[in-house]
Amino acid sequence: MSQPNRRQTKLEPWQDPNEEPYVRIDGVTKKFGDFTAVDDISLNIYRGELFALLGGSGCGKTTLLRMLAGFEQPTEGHIYIDGVDMSEIPPYERPVNMMFQSYALFPHMTVEQNVGFGLRQDRVPGPELRHRVDEALELVKLGHLKRRKPHQLSGGQRQRVALARSLVKRPKLLLLDEPLAALDRKLREETQFELVNIQEQVGITFVMVTHDQEEAMTMSTRIAVMDAGWLVQLGTPAEIYEYPRSKFVAEFIGQVNLFEGLVVEDQADHVLIQSEATGSDLHISHAGSVPVGTRVWVAVRPEKMALSLEPPGVEQNVARGTVDEIAYLGNLSIYLVRLESGTIVRVTSPNLTRVTEMPITWEDDVYITWPNYAGVVITQ
Amino acid sequence: MSRKGFLPLGDRMTEGQMPMHLPATALLRWLQRLAYRLGIRGRGLVIAVPYLWLLLFFLVPFAIVLKISLSEALIARPPYSPLFEWVEGMYLEIRVNFGNYLFLLDDSLYAVAYLNSLKIALISTLLCLLIGYPMAYAIATADPAWRSSLLMLIILPFWTSFLIRVYAWIGILKQNGLLNNLLINLGLIEEPLAILYSDLAVYIGITYSYLPFMILPLYATLERLDRSLLEAAADLGCRPFKAFLTITLPLSLPGILAGSLLVFIPAVGEFVIPELLGGPDTLMIGKVLWNEFFTNRDWPVASAVAIALLLFLVIPIMAFQYLQGRQQEARR
Repeated sequence: MSQPNRRQTKLEPWQDPNEEPYVRIDGVTKKFGDFTAVDDISLNIYRGELFALLGGSGCGKTTLLRMLAGFEQPTEGHIYIDGVDMSEIPPYERPVNMMFQSYALFPHMTVEQNVGFGLRQDRVPGPELRHRVDEALELVKLGHLKRRKPHQLSGGQRQRVALARSLVKRPKLLLLDEPLAALDRKLREETQFELVNIQEQVGITFVMVTHDQEEAMTMSTRIAVMDAGWLVQLGTPAEIYEYPRSKFVAEFIGQVNLFEGLVVEDQADHVLIQSEATGSDLHISHAGSVPVGTRVWVAVRPEKMALSLEPPGVEQNVARGTVDEIAYLGNLSIYLVRLESGTIVRVTSPNLTRVTEMPITWEDDVYITWPNYAGVVITQ
Repeated sequence: MSRKGFLPLGDRMTEGQMPMHLPATALLRWLQRLAYRLGIRGRGLVIAVPYLWLLLFFLVPFAIVLKISLSEALIARPPYSPLFEWVEGMYLEIRVNFGNYLFLLDDSLYAVAYLNSLKIALISTLLCLLIGYPMAYAIATADPAWRSSLLMLIILPFWTSFLIRVYAWIGILKQNGLLNNLLINLGLIEEPLAILYSDLAVYIGITYSYLPFMILPLYATLERLDRSLLEAAADLGCRPFKAFLTITLPLSLPGILAGSLLVFIPAVGEFVIPELLGGPDTLMIGKVLWNEFFTNRDWPVASAVAIALLLFLVIPIMAFQYLQGRQQEARR
């Protein structure tokens, strides 16, 4: 294809103010009786994105996806796809296809008939239909199984049929509801990359729902983190991981240490936070302005921290404690350190050298340090 | 190395003493072991009981009827010739008479009655399907809280005797019955309709009586149907009615088949409904059988009619079994 390495060309249409959003979700609310599943969500999705809706169960992500597909109608707000308001358009007339979590393959039809179903609805003539079905099955590497019925396929093969069936109509938008949830761990990891490759090949905009933050991180261009019907943060995987805006996002995506504290200094290039938990002041070099006297949390990722047995000789961003637990994972080790204030801090350190004897062991008194850029101030 | 030598004395003692102390347990255990050796497991025993029941109360009477159908009618008690006879106390004489079956072919009455029964059963089954499918579909797609109550309403008529319910239809359909009075009062008709004692009344009676047997298996298959399949069809551009034809209908075929057989098979041999609601020219094989047996007192011909009817019915059952077996294989 024309752009085999899209990631390298750095597609970031959301940075471009002249770019028209492809999917526009505008103030959408969905209520089921008294329960508000989706609460006033507005977001834009751009052409060619692999967009992830991430959240725990019941956060409204699936409801939002189903509204894009047309299976649910928004109580308030509008959804536009390629500039067209979808409010009055039933699912069977939308330029959108969905890959269901259960795959929803028609059990009485062969793989070929399943994939061709959508084209038959559009009365695509026979030769073209066969050609496109073959093409879609080649894309998911299932050409040799087209005469089988769904019950004769493995879980991974069914997933591919479902994908081929939803891709064959070349929709403007492909919706994926937990596309990898039914696969085992190893297959899931392989399929993650394959799905991204396929998306780049066909160039269709994907919107994916997932509860698995790792899946969202590896696959998507941008992630919308949802909680209790709210959109809590929207950004690229790196933005969301490095700059979580709330405790919820910080804790939901990856591991994090949170220290509560009071802002004591607010300068142009840094803020200083006094924390009872660490006993030292926390220096953050990149934070925006936070008024002095505000109670905040400082989030520090475990891999950005370092352990030492000797005093590091710094006054800020340091904590003292004893090693409570060590987990050796091979490529890295996880240390749980109990501070004097009782706070447990999680530190991961890569095992760069081959060690037979750990330099740091249980019950050791250690110092934890981290650089000025590591911490993130969270006010929510 | 001999294993026996290592066997501790205590073990041999207990083995030998068990039957003496607990004869009942030992006997049970011996029976268990015997059953096990014969290949009968617990599962087999559970199945054996209903099989034994069927053997006693279906297969044995069937054999008797088959035997009678091969004999000749006599004016005697019992009114048929014996199949086996000891001649001079030495030879066993077997006299098989196929005349009764040939007689069924001879007299067109029987063929007409069979065909008419099949026709009435077929049309009634279709009516049941046409009425029952929407009902089953509505119940299966109703709010789950309502489903069991709606199903209860379907089963409710069984609380009243079948015979009484058929009698009640006489009251509804007769010349100055409920239906005619209602239609005349509404001004829809001038003269009462002659529905009772006609084929139409038989259709109404059979459809009414057997409708639950159509609805229940249909409901069972429709309720299990994965709703996301219909969403997938809609998502792929299929309109609701076409999705019903291409997804729901083919996937509910096992229910349609089961319901149709449950209605068709008893409807073919139906006697009570045509007797009570049917007219003098409503010819059904059940009535012919009754007349042959009780009016003509020709037991052999009546038995032959019964056997032929059974064969008529066994063929669709076997076809059904075959199809179901194939489908189960496909599921695996």
